[in-house]
Amino acid sequence: MIEFSLVRGAVPAEHFLVALALVLGLAGGYLLARRRWTKGGPAEAEAVHQILLPFTGTEISRRALDAALRLARAEDAVLMPAYLASVPKQLPLDCAIPAEAAKAMPLLEAIEQRATAQGVAVDSRIERGRTYRHALRRLLGREQFDRVVVPARTAGGAGLAGDDLVWLLERAPAEVLILRPGPEDTRFVTANGSGPG
Amino acid sequence: MERGHYKIFLGMAAGVGKTYRMLQEGNAEADAGRDVVIGYLEPHRREETSAQARGLEVVPRRRVAYRDVEVEEMDQPAVLRRAPELALIDELAHANPPGLEHGKRYEDIADVLAAGIDVFSTVNVQHLESLNDQVTELTGVRVRETVPDSVLSDADEVVLIDLTPEALVARLRAGKIYPGENIQAALDNFFKIENLAALREVSLRQVAEDVESKRLVQSEAEPLGTREERVASSVPKAVGERLLALVRPQPSAQRLVRRAWRSAQRLGTDLDLLWVKKPGQPIEGEVERQVTALRQLASVLGATLLIEEHDDLVAAAARVVRERGSTYIMVGESLPPRGFARLREPLPQRLMRAAPPGVDVRIVAHRGEGEGS
Repeated sequence: MIEFSLVRGAVPAEHFLVALALVLGLAGGYLLARRRWTKGGPAEAEAVHQILLPFTGTEISRRALDAALRLARAEDAVLMPAYLASVPKQLPLDCAIPAEAAKAMPLLEAIEQRATAQGVAVDSRIERGRTYRHALRRLLGREQFDRVVVPARTAGGAGLAGDDLVWLLERAPAEVLILRPGPEDTRFVTANGSGPG
Repeated sequence: MERGHYKIFLGMAAGVGKTYRMLQEGNAEADAGRDVVIGYLEPHRREETSAQARGLEVVPRRRVAYRDVEVEEMDQPAVLRRAPELALIDELAHANPPGLEHGKRYEDIADVLAAGIDVFSTVNVQHLESLNDQVTELTGVRVRETVPDSVLSDADEVVLIDLTPEALVARLRAGKIYPGENIQAALDNFFKIENLAALREVSLRQVAEDVESKRLVQSEAEPLGTREERVASSVPKAVGERLLALVRPQPSAQRLVRRAWRSAQRLGTDLDLLWVKKPGQPIEGEVERQVTALRQLASVLGATLLIEEHDDLVAAAARVVRERGSTYIMVGESLPPRGFARLREPLPQRLMRAAPPGVDVRIVAHRGEGEGS
């Protein structure tokens, strides 16, 4: 008798627990789905949070890189360092350029290392063109950016030339930050780490 | 008739001393009593070179009308008639004007060799057909007069005339290569230290490959005695490496590809990139952007991007490994597994089991926070 009454008394409690678990599960599932939808939804996907850092040669102004990293961190943006390679006219534009790639690789590695240390996400590129400007135009046509951070040409010849910068200001569908090298700005990031200064 | 002995003096650029060395060795042969003539010499108004030529018999050039002007060319029939023991014929990559026996000087040389005459000749590395694109990319200068690589491999001897870039530039500045008015232009264009260093590397590699291929051909022709010796002799031929990197369309793949490419460069081998896509997975939005970026990078590096549709990454990778003859698989470091994934065998182990024996699997470490300098 006692046994029977205990079993009979447990039935409503079990139903209640099952119902509660069901409600909690549904609520949790809804919240999770909503969170995912909000994160990866169309509105978010359309927003581009990318900062382009184009460069040429085998070194990049440390000042320009630091500025780009500061911006990227503040805006939670992805930094896209892009090595611009000019392909001689005698070769097809889309040919392999191992010698240029070999120059770009260690520098991209060095930039990624600094970016990762500062918690900035990186998505690197190597872009080809007949000239640096042509490479830049192709890159701007393929990717979307919020900002472009570009170091002006130094006395040593690194960086983009004045008319390329003017072109960039006029044509780039993004905010362009041109960093003029100061007289004291002799620090560079090279394939071997930081340069003098 | 036995073919003549063919010796080529190879250099990285004009002015390294190919012609000078050819004449020096020609003089030594003449001193040893051999019948030596100069079939063609291009002294480029270089004093030291002209001095080396003095004392050697020269087969007179012939004058040929070409585009309203007269040019001087090697008189190949005269060389054949003269029939010396050794002919010195400069610049084998030279293109002849129309109307002569052959379009190219290396073809003239082939006739001379066929007549049983030994030949010494010269060429710069950028004239080799297979290196023409590479040299153009390195230097920005396209050389139009090219020769098939077989010219070099068919030679009995290839002598590399090596000079450091700095020494060559010093020779140029001293006016030993071009006259004074052309020196600055040469320094500003072709004769940059970085160009010369790259060309030197190409020349050294070319000769090393030539030596290796000749050694292999020789060992095939002369089978070695013991089984161990035969096995040892076949080892270099068996080492045909090919690298496969497993990628996903996401930014971190760029680093994996760069690492894989550098390994491929060191091994002197080709690189394939493989993305195994889930069946029916659309390539759109961010995935499409990243796939485009991977395609671009593969094209820049001369690698091949393969996209396979399969729901089992390991099975698909193993099939590609077999089809492409890959000897290395490179994968990125996986994120720590969660949930039931913890119970599954890690990807590298599964790849090792599925791939043919002898295929190495390498893991490229994820660049973690705080790793930077």
